[in-house]
Amino acid sequence: MNAFLGWIEERIPMMRVANMHALQYPAPKNMNFWYVFGFLATIVLVNQIVTGIWLTMNFVPSSEGAFASVEYIMREIDYGWIIRYMHSTGASAFFIVVYLHMFRGMIYGSYQKPRELLWVFGMFIYLALMAEAFMGYVLPWGQMSYWGAQVIVSLFGAIPVVGPDLVIWLQGDYVISGATLNRFFALHVIALPLVIVILVFLHIIALHEVGSNNPDGIAIKHKKGSLPESEKTKYEIHEYYTSKYDIADDVLPFFPHIVLKDLVAFCVFLALFTYVLFFAPEMGGKFLEHPNFEIANPLKTPEYIFPVWYFTPFYAILKAVPDKLFGVLAMFGAIAALFALPWLDRGRVKSWRYRCGLHKVNLIVFAIVFIFLGYLGGTPQENWKIIASQVATVMYFGFFIALFLYSKNENTKPVPERISK
Amino acid sequence: MKKMMCFLAFFLPGVALAAGGSVHLDKAPIDLTDKASLQRGAQLFMNYCLGCHSMKYQRYQRSFQDLGIPDELGQEYLQFTGEKVSDYITRAMPEEAAAGWFGAAPPDLTLVARVRGEDWIYTYLRSFYVDESRPFGVNNTVFPEVGMPHVLQPLQGTPTRTYEEQMVDGEMVKRYVGIKSDGTGAMSPDEYDQAVADIVNFLEYTGEPAKLESHKIGKWVLIFIAVLFVFVYLLKKEYWREVH
Amino acid sequence: MSNVSVDATESAHNENQPENNTRRRFLTVATSVVGGVGVVGAAVPFIASWNPSAKAKAAGADVEVDISGIEPGQLVRVMWRSKPVWIVRRTPEILEELGAHEDKLKDPNSEAEQQPAFAQNRFRSMKEEYLILVGICTHLGCSPQHLKDGAFEEVVEGVPDGFFCPCHGSKFDMAGRVFQNVPAPLNLVVPPYQFVDDNNIIIGSEAEAV
Repeated sequence: MNAFLGWIEERIPMMRVANMHALQYPAPKNMNFWYVFGFLATIVLVNQIVTGIWLTMNFVPSSEGAFASVEYIMREIDYGWIIRYMHSTGASAFFIVVYLHMFRGMIYGSYQKPRELLWVFGMFIYLALMAEAFMGYVLPWGQMSYWGAQVIVSLFGAIPVVGPDLVIWLQGDYVISGATLNRFFALHVIALPLVIVILVFLHIIALHEVGSNNPDGIAIKHKKGSLPESEKTKYEIHEYYTSKYDIADDVLPFFPHIVLKDLVAFCVFLALFTYVLFFAPEMGGKFLEHPNFEIANPLKTPEYIFPVWYFTPFYAILKAVPDKLFGVLAMFGAIAALFALPWLDRGRVKSWRYRCGLHKVNLIVFAIVFIFLGYLGGTPQENWKIIASQVATVMYFGFFIALFLYSKNENTKPVPERISK
Repeated sequence: MKKMMCFLAFFLPGVALAAGGSVHLDKAPIDLTDKASLQRGAQLFMNYCLGCHSMKYQRYQRSFQDLGIPDELGQEYLQFTGEKVSDYITRAMPEEAAAGWFGAAPPDLTLVARVRGEDWIYTYLRSFYVDESRPFGVNNTVFPEVGMPHVLQPLQGTPTRTYEEQMVDGEMVKRYVGIKSDGTGAMSPDEYDQAVADIVNFLEYTGEPAKLESHKIGKWVLIFIAVLFVFVYLLKKEYWREVH
Repeated sequence: MSNVSVDATESAHNENQPENNTRRRFLTVATSVVGGVGVVGAAVPFIASWNPSAKAKAAGADVEVDISGIEPGQLVRVMWRSKPVWIVRRTPEILEELGAHEDKLKDPNSEAEQQPAFAQNRFRSMKEEYLILVGICTHLGCSPQHLKDGAFEEVVEGVPDGFFCPCHGSKFDMAGRVFQNVPAPLNLVVPPYQFVDDNNIIIGSEAEAV
């Protein structure tokens, strides 16, 4: 057996890659609950791909056949309903996990040097994920699929000069139609999943190159030769890291310690996921919107049009601005601001544990404002909500402006040298 | 700017409806395990609804199996136009005529319980009232200006919006007391409510035939995950004991 | 300080080692087993989803045929599971001739399993008069032609009626039995069927044993 493995290893470095990136990768030992979401995101990605492949076996990507084919999967394919619900629950789970994953990055300063590119890759994954989810939701060709697509694609019409022609080009027709469905199918099934998988791969490579951050935001890799033997790790860490740095006794090997920790989190996640899947897949109309159980009808507009919950904060920002073009710019600006975070934050201290009280408040308020914007974007319009979404939008951008301002000369607490305990 | 106005126009009806307050909906007594109710509901549906409304995403055979109806009985009591048991539940009305006869083609009802909700349908079917100004002589408090005739009138009798003279603060006031039947129907009000409940139960089932099986499987999956969690947790703790 | 403390911690580990190892191994195996059960369980919906769907079952369902209108000597074609099925009402002459050319057949007694038990006889049918066959040549799948009223003599001397496959020249008699020296290796398939009554048959399933 060893000879066989050796023969393979000479020709393709399976064991070296496994050791470098899993078995002997140095992970900080104080990684807490916030650090499980990257692992969970990968699990959900695999779930979406596998269930997506299986759905493609029976889904009919035409405007005539799409809606019926989804019901065919739900009723006539053995356990087709499980596969469908795994996919729809997974889509929402993906965004819950990703939003928590991003928030972790924000509170621990995981976007700061040298992890700026890691953060940027992550933001590209987020963008690709939003496009993927948007197009996926169009495929069942229900009322919300159709009218949601109608609203979002028409936003591009706001672009000066090229807008209206661009909309027709995107649609492949003068209105949202089977042509749109067909191309969204191709992009959703093959193009974007490939892009996302490649981006995730690059994201992990970028992470492993600079190493994981931790809740204290302090380095676990120290200058070579700077640590006494007693303070170096006792675990076997791959020489790719130990040859360049002294790895402090603040790490655990990714396998088995971190893997086991992640598996515990996975069990908890699985319990919540399967509860929703088997007992509440619609989630009160938030995961599967009620109007989408009615076939798309271009002549009948639904009473309310909302995007699925994970887009609602940005939808609220879009609606808050009275002008269509500026509303679109504000919506995209909200995402662009996140891209710029590594450069907007001029602070040097990473984790909110050691930063000023204002920073903690700023982050918590940002989270609350984001959720509140989601509520505003996902419920029927009322008069007070118009003002509320404008205030919330200002507060959303206010997070970034405030951060830029106070991070230059921030009152930070002293950061420990080593991870305590 | 014009596009923005159109865009907002989508929301104004919503605002109006939201502001005006939606109709109060009665709670529908759903029990998907009550096979007798589902069977009655199926029979009522096939007799009163299938003429105009299809259920074209569901096959007869699936409903028979889930409701515990043998194929031969199902064909005798629930199928009227010689379809096979494995056929989809399509309507008798020709497609082209549908929109012409009623203004809008009567929608397919396979998934109506998931679109409207069971409370809405339950209340809707019990909210028709006489209105001479309408083409079929009836209107509906839950769905104003609806194009549907009151097909269940033979069961309910003729329903009218009833007002009563009541003494309020020393004055005789005409108060709206709800929709009441004139009693000419084959069923009493309670029997009618039960019949509607049966239909709604059947529609709830048809919207998601796998629901009961889903709950059954889900229970066992959650138990399994609990067991798996115990083992994974103990294993993690075991390896982490040495970590300080 | 460094060496002493390292030894101390290491020996602390060593003291606990034996107990730890057993517990560790047990928990690892136990967790793997439970996890494995979970993986198998999770795979079930995916594998089961490949079973024929209700639509496929509906399309593959039994076919009921009224045979009362078939004339003696006539062949009627129906579709069952997207395959052509022949129903031939054989004349007494045809039935008698079946025993005359058995030396020319590859499998005159239908020993290969190409038919249900009730059809393992010279006539390869439940009732002698009616022959029911899947009309697909056992060579490469073409549908043979029915040559009758002496037309089959051109391909097999002395045999007036039979089935001739135009693709590669395979020949079958009026019980679907394959002749020697042709590419097809086996007799034509007899599908499961049953007589509801004298005028109606159901192709696709046999009657349940009483």
